[in-house]
Amino acid sequence: MSKLILIIKREFIAKVRNKSFIVMTFLSPLLFVGIGVFVGYLSSMKADLKTIAIHDETGRFVKEFKTDDEYKYVDLSLVDTKTLKDSIVSESYEGLLLIPKSPDNATLQKSIQYISNDSPSVSFIEDVEDIIAKKMTAENFQNAGLDTLKINQAKADVSINLAKATGEEALKGLNEIKIIIGGAFGYLIMMFIVLYGNMVMRSVIEEKTSRIIEVIISSVKPFQLMMGKIIGTSLAGILQFLIWALLGLTAMFVVSSMLGVHMGATPGMQAQAIHTAQHAAGSNISMYIKELWNLPIATILISFIIYFIGGYFLYSSFYASIGAAVDNETDSQQFLLPIIMPLILGVYIGFFTVINDPHGTIATVFSMIPLTSPIVMMMRIPFGVPVWQIIVSMVLLFGTFLGVVWFAAKIYRVGILMYGKKPSWKELIKWLKY
Amino acid sequence: MSNILEVNQVVKQYGDYTALNAVSLTVPKGSIYGLLGPNGAGKTSLIRIINQITMPDSGEIILDGEKLKPEDVSVIGYMPEERGLYKTMRVGEQCLYLAQLKGLSKAEAKKELEYWFDRLEIKGWWNKKIQELSKGMAQKIQFVVTVLHKPKLLILDEPFSGFDPVNANLIKDEIIELNRQGTSVIFSTHRMESVEEMCDHIALIHKSNKLIEGKLTDVKKQYRTNEYEVGILTDNVEGLMYDLTQKFTLSQTDFKSLNDELKLQINLGTVPPNELLNTLIQRGQVTHFVEKIPSVNDIFIQTVSEK
Repeated sequence: MSKLILIIKREFIAKVRNKSFIVMTFLSPLLFVGIGVFVGYLSSMKADLKTIAIHDETGRFVKEFKTDDEYKYVDLSLVDTKTLKDSIVSESYEGLLLIPKSPDNATLQKSIQYISNDSPSVSFIEDVEDIIAKKMTAENFQNAGLDTLKINQAKADVSINLAKATGEEALKGLNEIKIIIGGAFGYLIMMFIVLYGNMVMRSVIEEKTSRIIEVIISSVKPFQLMMGKIIGTSLAGILQFLIWALLGLTAMFVVSSMLGVHMGATPGMQAQAIHTAQHAAGSNISMYIKELWNLPIATILISFIIYFIGGYFLYSSFYASIGAAVDNETDSQQFLLPIIMPLILGVYIGFFTVINDPHGTIATVFSMIPLTSPIVMMMRIPFGVPVWQIIVSMVLLFGTFLGVVWFAAKIYRVGILMYGKKPSWKELIKWLKY
Repeated sequence: MSNILEVNQVVKQYGDYTALNAVSLTVPKGSIYGLLGPNGAGKTSLIRIINQITMPDSGEIILDGEKLKPEDVSVIGYMPEERGLYKTMRVGEQCLYLAQLKGLSKAEAKKELEYWFDRLEIKGWWNKKIQELSKGMAQKIQFVVTVLHKPKLLILDEPFSGFDPVNANLIKDEIIELNRQGTSVIFSTHRMESVEEMCDHIALIHKSNKLIEGKLTDVKKQYRTNEYEVGILTDNVEGLMYDLTQKFTLSQTDFKSLNDELKLQINLGTVPPNELLNTLIQRGQVTHFVEKIPSVNDIFIQTVSEK
């Protein structure tokens, strides 16, 4: 036991003292915040004002176009079209909207032109179409002798209210919030596995190439060494994550208060969260908060810790045995792919299947399979999962973990003493019999 | 005299390949035991089993009268042929770590380290990283790490490879000194002259089997051929040759000497050496009279090529 602690301590110190580890720890939050600030700055930048000439021979539409921040509309109905087209070529105007004289609206709606050297944005064209169509529709109503006011009053606006069988009111957009919470935890587990699993593998390879391995395992059992490595590396990883979280928050706070830049709230997840939050802001915020508090917070946190440990240990045992089997990192690729696949699969299933049908067959099955369960189950839990399912999934995870550790330790034990050859899958299986 | 190590009928197979075929060895306490054999004979497999790095398929190992158990790693010091240390770790920390893994407390380890660093004159290296040291310097550290915990049994795989002659000699003296203090030493090497010089017992493993084992002198006696090398100054070469060919088988030989004498190699068969000496004395001045003892090298090559 004390040997295990010695190994954990050495691995932890070796990781933490590593120069690239230190650089990564302190640089990546700055990088993230930098990107955030940059994106925020870009999105808050005003676009150039574009001048659009309107030549309206009917004279009925030009006053419907209102100049705004982006587009300035100029009424040039009196200037002849030939001159206007020339001025488009000489680029005094961004574009020319040509509304010709025509006998009726039915003909007119097919004969309007927009002339420009640049291809206009889809949203701009849609806006223009919208403005003209609205005006035309109103005119058509009038021409047909219909009362516009009554028609508007007669329009129905349906908004379905969500409710649970228990009678409580439910809120729209809550599913999104739930998947974001579950997804954040699942994603964290995946990131941690990929980052630090790799670190475990590299550290095993390093011991192999520096040939110290034989000295070490003449003092300790290979299993102790492997576990010590996995635990030591994970502790270094947790420390790094904590520093990242702390630095990230501090940097974000400092930057946003100093520059007053509205953070573009970078990567997908956060942007989505803000979007949803803004969406929700319109309706009853306090109800959302109440709903969030109703989430099984304790279950989420406890499950997170258990799935985190189980998932990380399971995968890093794989990583360790791969490290033991190969001589250098380039050789590890063929073995790494089958390990990364279930992780990616888990994330995909989480985001595409769980959000649509959290308790459907696919979501349930993959939240039981040990290789994907840490991610998929974490995403399902905010939607409320029966306790027995969580327990079955955890038992399966830890059962598999023990099996894999046994298997990994065997490969590890044989592999660390094999130098100079790149093993095949067949050979790895043969090693199990040694 | 009791034995520090007994290997009984140890079998080790890797898949279809048999690395050790029922090998038995007996290493007496206090001996320097040479484990010889060509490459791939199974020496490293056996050494790894003794160090509990791998397990034998069958057979048992007795260490100092008791069956080998996991805690025994702390009484064995092992220097593998493939030397290695953590390249980016500092010398001092690394030695402390490895010593603690062998069961020493931090304080004990420090004390021992000071003794050894002083003794090998490497005091200034404490804060250096291994990658800053030369190969020979790293080897010294490796040796210190191996003997730091005062093992009862020291197992050295090719201990002198990588050392320059000065340091090789230094390490040789240290091994002999440790042995004098009671440490039993097993060493595996291809350098026959160091076996000749240091070992009192040897074993030869070839193609997974043990072929020879025993006290070096006994093994040599077993391989002696009763050949004598003779140098004689005489005027009557023909007469001498006539006398000798009557009783013995002669062959040509050469050895270094200061005189321009007649050099002969003579197989005595069952005749006692004095009889030869008598014959020689009557015919001239004897300058050289030595039994040709088979060298370990001869025994090695002879045995390995026979099988």
